[in-house]
Amino acid sequence: MKLSDAPQSQTVADSTELLNGAEIVCRALEAEGVEFVFGYPGGAVLVIYDEIYKQKAFSHILVRHEQAALHAADAYARATGKPGVALVTSGPGVTNAITGIATAYMDSIPMVVITGQVPTHAIGQDAFQECDTVGITRPCVKHNFLVKDVADLAETIKKAFYIATTGRPGPVLVDIPKDVSAAKTLFHYPASVEMRSYRPVTKGHAGQIKKALQMLLGATRPMIYVGGGAVLGNASGQVTELVRLLGYPCTNTLMGLGAYPASDKQFVGMLGMHGTVEANMSMQNSDVLLAIGARFDDRVIGNPTHFAAGNPTRKIIHIDIDPSSISKRVKVDVPIVGNIKDVLIELIALLKAAEQKPDGKVIGAWWKQIEEWRSKDCLKYKKGGDIIKPQYVVEKLWEVTKGDAYVTSDVGQHQMWAAQYYRFDKPRRWINSGGLGTMGVGLPYAMGVKFAYPDAEVACITGEGSIQMNIQELSTCKQYHLPVKVILLNNRYLGMVRQWQQFFHGDRHSESYMDALPDFKKLAEAYGHVGMDIEKPGDVEGALKDAFAMKDRLVFMNFITDQKENVFPMVPGGKGISEMILAEDL
Amino acid sequence: MRHILSILVENEAGALSRVAGLFSARGYNIESLTVAPTEDATLSRMTIVTSGSDEVVEQITKQVNKLVDVVKIVDLNEGKHVERELMLVKVRAVGKDREELKRTADIFRARVIDLTEKTYVIELTGTGNKLDAFLDALDRSLILETVRTGACGLGRGEWIIKA
Repeated sequence: MKLSDAPQSQTVADSTELLNGAEIVCRALEAEGVEFVFGYPGGAVLVIYDEIYKQKAFSHILVRHEQAALHAADAYARATGKPGVALVTSGPGVTNAITGIATAYMDSIPMVVITGQVPTHAIGQDAFQECDTVGITRPCVKHNFLVKDVADLAETIKKAFYIATTGRPGPVLVDIPKDVSAAKTLFHYPASVEMRSYRPVTKGHAGQIKKALQMLLGATRPMIYVGGGAVLGNASGQVTELVRLLGYPCTNTLMGLGAYPASDKQFVGMLGMHGTVEANMSMQNSDVLLAIGARFDDRVIGNPTHFAAGNPTRKIIHIDIDPSSISKRVKVDVPIVGNIKDVLIELIALLKAAEQKPDGKVIGAWWKQIEEWRSKDCLKYKKGGDIIKPQYVVEKLWEVTKGDAYVTSDVGQHQMWAAQYYRFDKPRRWINSGGLGTMGVGLPYAMGVKFAYPDAEVACITGEGSIQMNIQELSTCKQYHLPVKVILLNNRYLGMVRQWQQFFHGDRHSESYMDALPDFKKLAEAYGHVGMDIEKPGDVEGALKDAFAMKDRLVFMNFITDQKENVFPMVPGGKGISEMILAEDL
Repeated sequence: MRHILSILVENEAGALSRVAGLFSARGYNIESLTVAPTEDATLSRMTIVTSGSDEVVEQITKQVNKLVDVVKIVDLNEGKHVERELMLVKVRAVGKDREELKRTADIFRARVIDLTEKTYVIELTGTGNKLDAFLDALDRSLILETVRTGACGLGRGEWIIKA
């Protein structure tokens, strides 16, 4: 890659006196412009924490469980595009962090994770709080390092930031034994690093881009399918320009929501297992499909054999920074490996200069077909009655926040309703665990976003199952005065599990009923926050307004919602994406 | 189909487990794996024999290439190449078997590199097929133990794989 693309660190002067490893960590983080380190202290990182106590360059955020530190750092990265930083101790500190690391890895989030390790002489001795951190995290990091010599520490941290933020981003872990954090050396922080074994491609192949344009212009049933890569690559401006210039339909994946504005006419909704009829049908029936930063995963295209065999003449153009994402699940005709933003800039320039334009008549006919699918109004749900519909809460949240909040979610039905009914017009506003599907991310995600943007509205849409997986973070929110709004869609069930049991397991609700729930209002109050119980549809809007009017308070809103509501449309696992179950089918 | 992959990796602790871990995590086959430092001590060269459809092997190649410690990966099946494997076989060599074993070894251009009154250690180099054929030619009951390195290979002629 060109060096100019690599993140440049701020100049931090070389030291003239010897610094210990812990000071080097702090100076390196300062050089990287790190604002927040999310972490939890322990034996192996005591020297590092001692230096954190003495420095002023960044703030350390003390969470209540290491998993939350990782999620908060992850959300900070998702919301800002800058790498998140987490710091945990050895052994259980690391094992608690694994879920957070794996979550970030699956969604390609740039993070640098610093872990303490037992002293080098104790490694392998089954020492107290020892675990093989590099071994245990290897499958869920982009790369990791064990630093055995303090002389290598500064450059290793530089490499970690470089690897985490370039190419396809991801978490990079640096394991620092306690004696290394105490050992001394002169500090020099390199402005950049070169690695012969790591040179991600950034520039797309010009010939392939030309070929893609020809294919797009000749399409009769085109479709543009945009994934999380477009958000991560800061390419939503280019995506929007391209889609509008072409006049073609566009869908976003769960991870791509906001890459193309949801309130635009050319947006056909999210696609996939819980995608709209118009998105899934356009995807399945397209003759030319342009995939941008998306990976054709099982929740998006369903059964790949059905997807391919159902439409064997479909041509696929795939732009992605990761060559291994191309032709992984679906064979691609025109692969373009490169930085999405740069590739799209080239593609748009060629399109503007091209004499050929899309055939308005042909594309008009395709839109007519799409409008027919759209007229099914597949997201409609029964309103009225005395029970709060979860979809209604999300719709009202969208209205009350004027569609401009940062919304985090946990995993399950509420996540899908949030994705379907909160229309995201901007990228990086929708923060959720798409790949790993980690319950418990919602509240720490909201914390990470709130630290990044203290003046923005941050809502965490969650369920009574998920919220209890990291509810201890209400204490962190109290300590740092984080006035996030928790929107609990409480249906007393692990809703998505119950939905699958209803559809595929004879309606036997095996272990999916959430009994003995706490009084969430009182619980929130016990943590020093405001709690609300909302039980009637008529109270939803007023309660949301009241909550968002409390600018400086965390408000925990316990919405008692319809226990039997399901997420529609739904593509059963292993089926093709055009084989949807709609609410009206049941 | 069988493929032979040649991989240059940074000669660093953990590089082998990154590659091996990738194969197990993604469910790829490893028929054999051999690794040692190259003439440049900062690099190791790994040879992995795997099998799978062209699509699978393409994925394997891309995924291995993505590992930060991997400098280069080449599928030797993409061009003409030579490959060799080394095998050591310890056999029971007493009585009339002693002469017969020596004759068989000579036919395969194998060498006896250690002997006692009752045993030979025979060294044999060649393709995997040749090694298999040699074992087939031996009386199974005489084989005490075998060890094979797995295949390693180089492209023919000017086809050079360098960092």
